[in-house]
Amino acid sequence: MSKREKQAIGQQILAAFRAAGAQEVAPDILLEAETLLDLYGEDIRARAYVTQDPIRGEMMLRPDFTVPVVQMHMANGAEPARYCYLGEVFRKQDHGETRPEHPRDNEYLQAGFELFARDPDADAEVFALFHDILAPLRLQATMGDMDLLMDAVRALPLSGARRAALLHHIWRPRRFARLLARFAAPAESREFPDNPAPWTGLRSADEMQARIDRLRSDVAEAPLSAQWVTRLERLFAISAPAPEALRQLRILSAEIPDIAEAVDRLERNLTALSARGIDVGAIRFDASHGRHTMEYYDGMTFSFAALGREDWPPVASGGRYDALAAVLGQARGRSIPAVGGIIRPGLVHELGGLS
Amino acid sequence: MIRLGVPSKGRLMEQTFDWFAARGVRLSRAGSEREYAGRVEGAANVALVLLSAGEIPRELQAGRIHLGVTGIDLIREKLAGWRSHVEELAPMGFGHADLILAVPACWSDCETLDDFAAIARDFRAEHGFRLRIATKYHRLVRAWLSAEEVADYQLVDSQGATEGTVANLTAEAIADITSSGETLRANHLKVIGEPVLQSQATLLRSVAAGDEGEVRDFAALLGI
Repeated sequence: MSKREKQAIGQQILAAFRAAGAQEVAPDILLEAETLLDLYGEDIRARAYVTQDPIRGEMMLRPDFTVPVVQMHMANGAEPARYCYLGEVFRKQDHGETRPEHPRDNEYLQAGFELFARDPDADAEVFALFHDILAPLRLQATMGDMDLLMDAVRALPLSGARRAALLHHIWRPRRFARLLARFAAPAESREFPDNPAPWTGLRSADEMQARIDRLRSDVAEAPLSAQWVTRLERLFAISAPAPEALRQLRILSAEIPDIAEAVDRLERNLTALSARGIDVGAIRFDASHGRHTMEYYDGMTFSFAALGREDWPPVASGGRYDALAAVLGQARGRSIPAVGGIIRPGLVHELGGLS
Repeated sequence: MIRLGVPSKGRLMEQTFDWFAARGVRLSRAGSEREYAGRVEGAANVALVLLSAGEIPRELQAGRIHLGVTGIDLIREKLAGWRSHVEELAPMGFGHADLILAVPACWSDCETLDDFAAIARDFRAEHGFRLRIATKYHRLVRAWLSAEEVADYQLVDSQGATEGTVANLTAEAIADITSSGETLRANHLKVIGEPVLQSQATLLRSVAAGDEGEVRDFAALLGI
């Protein structure tokens, strides 16, 4: 498959993004590693190519466009703003114990669209745009909502410390499940024996004491009732055609009133999609969808997957990343909600193209 | 001719020679101590290649040697998709070493990996950067922490004297090979959780080198 053909499909997608009002941008390929490492954590090193520049320090070959586009917007963007781009991203495939027979490409095209707006219709606008562009491919669309899950966790009758721990680890399913199980059981008191070892390292004795105090006061906490654990598990397990999922969420929101607002928002989004002529019955809503994506999505998430190609990554994916935009805007005292997504022209080409 | 790669110096070389000798094959250096050529007695068509233990994974992958002796830790760290490149023929019962995660012994609130994950999160909130783990085993440690769903840390490279990085304030924890734990204790560190990997010297067959029949005949001669 030639690069030119993939480029042509990328240009076709880009034209659709421009027609939707986006301004085309061309971020650098070499990005400062520090920003990306701080945002994504050490895992990004397993996926991104890191290189050394004698003057600029550690640099990364662009693993995705989101960060540079957000930075560009925060530096000089007006509001609201729509951006689109087309270019290569670079990803290492650090496979496990055996080498795959057909390793995936280490560099491939992404065509993307990012919307910075305070308009509540932004979710529907972005989803509908991707849906319409990809319609000829008959992909399976799946939607999720991280904010819905986080609202449910925030609603748990727990101490602030316990709630914060659960929220922090919501993207790490097994650690989250272990924490939840621990909070649901009677707390065991724990001994912290005095240690003859001399103090060493940057973490201070005060920091340790603060944690020990927290763990000691944690012992006094009543265990989370089994009822709440079940409610949370029921919520996380919801996966159905969107209208049916909405019905199940409505029932559950009688028991977890704090998710009502997020459920209303989902309903508004689905209504807005229907009004744009989209069959919402064909969209799957999977409550846990965003837990398996990058940590930066904190609202709606979506993906479009090719049926019968389970070993493929999604053909397109995206979501809302308000927190990431806030972190990157902090230095410039700016904050604006953001939604965006990418399409892989290479996979679109393998499926026969858009026309 | 089967090319057998063996560590070129120290206890690892001596123990390898002993292991082969116990199986009727006498390996030795040819000529002086400084010469990296070898001699093989007790098996026909086998050539001894003396190499740095750290280079043996690469030579096996490239197929420039048919057989090699090295620690399984080096194989897993240096060869992505290692099972596609080498076959483990026999663990050799020496060169035992565990890759472990160690923290300051004074952290009396840190006994398990769950404690470590919680401390890393607190540390990041307090200091504004991720807790640093000094290591030279980047791939193994990262893959292990990722599988254990530990976040909020970063790896910093340390190619030697890793146990000293905590006292020097260039890392908060270390991941390194230890056999006895004495160096850890001397640097006021303690091991937490299970080892990342338990390693020992291992006889490995290169997939790329081919000549599988001949290699298996030699292995049979060694009683494998």
